[in-house]
Amino acid sequence: MANNLGLKVKPVTETPQSEIDRVSAWINTDDYKEKNFARTSLVINPAHACQPLGAELAAHAFEGSLPFVHGSQGCASYYRSTLNRHFREPAPAVSDAMTEDGAVFGGQNNLHEALENAYTLYKPKMIAVFTSCMPEIIGDDLTAFIKNARNKGIVPKDFPVPYANTPSFNGSHVHGYDSMLLSILQTLTDGKQVEGRCTGKLNLIPGFDANTGNYREYKRILEAFGIPYTVLADISDVFDSVNDGTYRPYPGGTKLDDAADSINGKATIALGTYSTSKTFSWVKDNYSGKHAALPMPFGIAKTDAFLMKIAELFGKEVPASLKEERGRAVDLMTDAHQYIHGKKFAVYGDPDYLLGYVSFLLEMGAKPHHILCSKGTKKLEKELQALLDASPDGKESKIYINKDLWHLRSLLMTDPVDAIIGDSHGKFDARDAKIPLFRFGFPVFDRVNLHREPLVGYQGVTHMLSTICNKFIDIVDDTCDDRHFELMR
Amino acid sequence: MRQIAIYGKGGIGKSTTTQNTVAGLASLGKKVMIVGCDPKADSTRLILHAKAQATVMDMVRELGTVEDLELDDVLKVGYGDVKCVESGGPEPGVGCAGRGVITAINFLEENGAYTPDLDFVFYDVLGDVVCGGFAMPIRENKAEEIYIVCSGEMMAMYAANNIAKGILKYATSGKVRLGGLICNSRNTDKESNLIEALAAKLGTQMIHFVPRDNQVQRAELRRMTVIEYSPEHKQAQEYRDLAKKISENKMLVVPSPLTMDELEELLMEFGIMEAEDEEIVGVAEAASK
Repeated sequence: MANNLGLKVKPVTETPQSEIDRVSAWINTDDYKEKNFARTSLVINPAHACQPLGAELAAHAFEGSLPFVHGSQGCASYYRSTLNRHFREPAPAVSDAMTEDGAVFGGQNNLHEALENAYTLYKPKMIAVFTSCMPEIIGDDLTAFIKNARNKGIVPKDFPVPYANTPSFNGSHVHGYDSMLLSILQTLTDGKQVEGRCTGKLNLIPGFDANTGNYREYKRILEAFGIPYTVLADISDVFDSVNDGTYRPYPGGTKLDDAADSINGKATIALGTYSTSKTFSWVKDNYSGKHAALPMPFGIAKTDAFLMKIAELFGKEVPASLKEERGRAVDLMTDAHQYIHGKKFAVYGDPDYLLGYVSFLLEMGAKPHHILCSKGTKKLEKELQALLDASPDGKESKIYINKDLWHLRSLLMTDPVDAIIGDSHGKFDARDAKIPLFRFGFPVFDRVNLHREPLVGYQGVTHMLSTICNKFIDIVDDTCDDRHFELMR
Repeated sequence: MRQIAIYGKGGIGKSTTTQNTVAGLASLGKKVMIVGCDPKADSTRLILHAKAQATVMDMVRELGTVEDLELDDVLKVGYGDVKCVESGGPEPGVGCAGRGVITAINFLEENGAYTPDLDFVFYDVLGDVVCGGFAMPIRENKAEEIYIVCSGEMMAMYAANNIAKGILKYATSGKVRLGGLICNSRNTDKESNLIEALAAKLGTQMIHFVPRDNQVQRAELRRMTVIEYSPEHKQAQEYRDLAKKISENKMLVVPSPLTMDELEELLMEFGIMEAEDEEIVGVAEAASK
């Protein structure tokens, strides 16, 4: 075979085309699916990231806070580039770059030198430390290292250095987020509880969420209520920073004073119970005021529950503007239901998001047919099953816990659905199955601006519904014959 | 070049036995290198007459990186032209000593410490193979021959059997074999018979019985091997005999470790252990009266 320069080109493979065709067809069969699901010691295209990546998101979310990776430099690059590609914003973080000698002697010297440099060079108001695998394997003692750093005068005694152990080989990004957030709140609120003081504010803990639109939506809702609030922790301005010619290393985040005073709040609501479980169980025992943990407000019912909880905690009516919004969302649901009703979906993602997708779809009379979580628990499975059991549209659904996107491919090929809801990693499955992928999850590497479109609240219902239904209508327009290509849809 | 790893329970006398044996080999005209694989770094003091040799990891700590380290900084030559290296490692309780052994051995390989003129390389390894790092010396293309130092004490034999289990694991995927048990006598009853019986059950041999002799301690006080301190002494001859036996040893086996029951049976047979009375297990002194 010669190329256009007349040079001989080595073929990519010696395997004959007939064999390639045979295998391509075989991997779409039930026979292959059975073998694929018998797989135990190999993961292909998992739909989760590692603990420190989640920790970094929490570490970015405070005023003047510098994320600090205790561990390998390459690991730090991975977390940064993932956040950076998703938001298309810088994710400034530092690493103490442990190398061979750090692995043998422990990373205290690295940590001390890096703390000193980072403190001096980047002038943060807080340094939030979390770990990669290497120091976790060798058992580095962060508590002692950081205490020693203070005693040596590397950072001032009162400078906040929260820290979290976030081994990548354990849990997923949502757990790392939880651990880091917990440590930050414990550090900032230490000694700040004042007997009898009440800020009158609501503390809102959204959990791991890389959709800045969701944060803005929460804030808009609370402003409509006229309730003062502190979001713990707020990434919206950090990863939606303005482009006006000035680079700001710390463009936003929850104010440290507000976070410190959050312990004297009037009430605290944690959303996303799977990514805030440790934080919430500590907050519940230590924060003043009332506490509630609710699922993320995806869909009408969960948004209603969220708003009514706020109304209950603060003794206020749900504002008329939000009631009207609800009415408009419900109107859209009736307008649009014909395009989504009965459609089958495959959904995958973080536990809190998954619960949200499933309730949203069931509300629309759609069928969440394959439900897959690559890092989940029995508890999640039960909670998902309870949602399915409560709806006639959930009867044929199946839940797959700790399965990956290559498993999902087998499901799509042997038991087809109309669309997938997930993140960018599902695009290969979607291409093979020739169905649309709705990128509501994290990360999104291959589309712009999606992280600014809210998924929660009534606005989220509106956004998700119009995205999904219009796509299905597009498909009809793109694929119908001339006789059926109509003005009205 | 034959590469040999010495294992055995902590405190059994691995380093003393290794250095005396190596001195014996040197006195037979062999070229030997010792690689100490223990953060305590006491595997070469009798050969070098030194309190403690600067270890690979000491130098790495000083330089901040292994890349700037040179072989001459860490390789010292002592009695009988024996080359000596200590891996060293972190202080107890921090970092990862196992990784230190891996770093040190990789460094030695990459910097040409294994010269073709060497007849033997001895790895003197920390008592318990607690993690993969301490098994580095018996990975592929490293030591293929292992000797276990033990005595007639119960715990030493438990340890020897456990080490045999470890060797079995590596032997199935590689070339490492057990060369024999070295009995470093503690003057327990029927010690020689017992270790021979254990060796037979493991499918190996007691390659030598090293009697207990205070001459070893007298030499150690001068940071010397017996071979160098008093070459005419009968204990020096014992080590020369051991060296000769190792040098000529052809019996390299995949060991057949004992189950716990088999080992306890053996110990009972020799009166080291009494038969267990299940009635008294977990009964406190006050309650048993």
